[in-house]
Amino acid sequence: MRVTADRNCCIGAGQCVLTDPVVFDQDADGVVLVRVERPTGEAADRVGEAVGLCPSGALRIEHD
Amino acid sequence: MVTTPETPVPASPTYPIERRCPFEPPADLARLRDTGPVPARLPSGQDAWLVARHADVRAVLGDGRRFSSDRGHPAFPRPFAEAPTQPIRPLSMIGMDGAEHTAARRLVVGEFTVRRAEAMRPRIQQIVDERIDAMLAAGGPVDLVEMLSLPVPSLVICELLGVPYADHDFFQRRSGMLLRRDVGGAARSTAMDELMSYLDGMIAAWEQDPGDDLIGRQIVRRREAGRYERDELVSLAALLLIAGHETTANMISLGILALLEHPDEAVALRADPSRTPLAVEEMLRYFTIVDSVTSRVTTEAVEIGERRIGPGEGVVALGLSANHDPASFEHPDELDLDRGARHHVAFGFGPHQCLGQNLARVELAVVFDTVLRRIPGLRLAGAVDELPYKDDASIYGIYRMPVEWAEPGCE
Repeated sequence: MRVTADRNCCIGAGQCVLTDPVVFDQDADGVVLVRVERPTGEAADRVGEAVGLCPSGALRIEHD
Repeated sequence: MVTTPETPVPASPTYPIERRCPFEPPADLARLRDTGPVPARLPSGQDAWLVARHADVRAVLGDGRRFSSDRGHPAFPRPFAEAPTQPIRPLSMIGMDGAEHTAARRLVVGEFTVRRAEAMRPRIQQIVDERIDAMLAAGGPVDLVEMLSLPVPSLVICELLGVPYADHDFFQRRSGMLLRRDVGGAARSTAMDELMSYLDGMIAAWEQDPGDDLIGRQIVRRREAGRYERDELVSLAALLLIAGHETTANMISLGILALLEHPDEAVALRADPSRTPLAVEEMLRYFTIVDSVTSRVTTEAVEIGERRIGPGEGVVALGLSANHDPASFEHPDELDLDRGARHHVAFGFGPHQCLGQNLARVELAVVFDTVLRRIPGLRLAGAVDELPYKDDASIYGIYRMPVEWAEPGCE
């Protein structure tokens, strides 16, 4: 799987960072940064949860 | 109101729906979830749709294009019986939509990232410890709201903004007044005017020499972007001050009450503070103190929960009901600190989801852990069903909460 974030639509809620602070981060302006584009195992499960929690719909999962 | 003929509209419920007790959501909410959106008559005389199911609430709040936050729209639901004496301009970004909203939020959301909230933890711990020192020195019984629940978030938001805490009586009184349903429109207008002119005078003085606090940093940042307007910053400061005072304080009181009423859960949490973040999420879900602030007005015809709603109609998203929806949470009316459900809408959902949510999470976690650790013998000095709950406010909570404690060693 590959996770992508739409930085234009992100509102900086930080739900993704709370869910997996290794995969996701926020820049100084609060906008999402994806640090691990292809998470595996438990991190991949957490990314699935983060997609459901994101209030702005900024996160997408693409399955290879 | 437009409805499809095959979905008969049930009898109008009364709104707001009062909660009598924090540990028992009103039965009317469950009935609302059975039917999909229903029309209700608001105290303002307006008609608006009540949306009660978790999936529907997320659908409404998650769609900022078809569900507008334009508080100036005549159909935008107003929970007060009496209109203010002059139109209140919506505070900062909460009345904006689309790109305008995103740009306004972007200017300040960097102050509220997960990392920034974590960086404030040591200072928050210090504030909580100092308040508890003062409480223990005073000896019981004391009012927990006055000694702990209100001062902690008040000190945190004042320090973050750069507002002098010495003036806390002044703005605590006014921010409380703005949320009361039982005062007239004129009183709310006056409270808002006084708060705004206080902040306007302060920010005007700071423009000469912006300090290293949120307001000072915003002055610098907005000037650099070539878009500094004092009015906009006064409005933002008022929003953050009110939101910082009227939400976390109520969650502190209710959360501690929950721990006192569920001693087994309290013992388990005291033994393992690593569980606190999830316990905080569960308390946020369970109490959902910001229940119907999340209103919207439709920009076009929409279908929500098998109900067609026309353009330009008011919608009230009921967070408490959504967070107690059995379709989304098992045994929703039970407080289960290990539940681990984070898909609640206690902070709202969609583009307007609470700006300060991560700061609130850290404050609540520090307070609950510290109270459990330092005052294990804490108990209510009175009956739980006789506490003065905020049935008359648009944000739920407790006005006063008398507590006492057994001295260590007398357990």
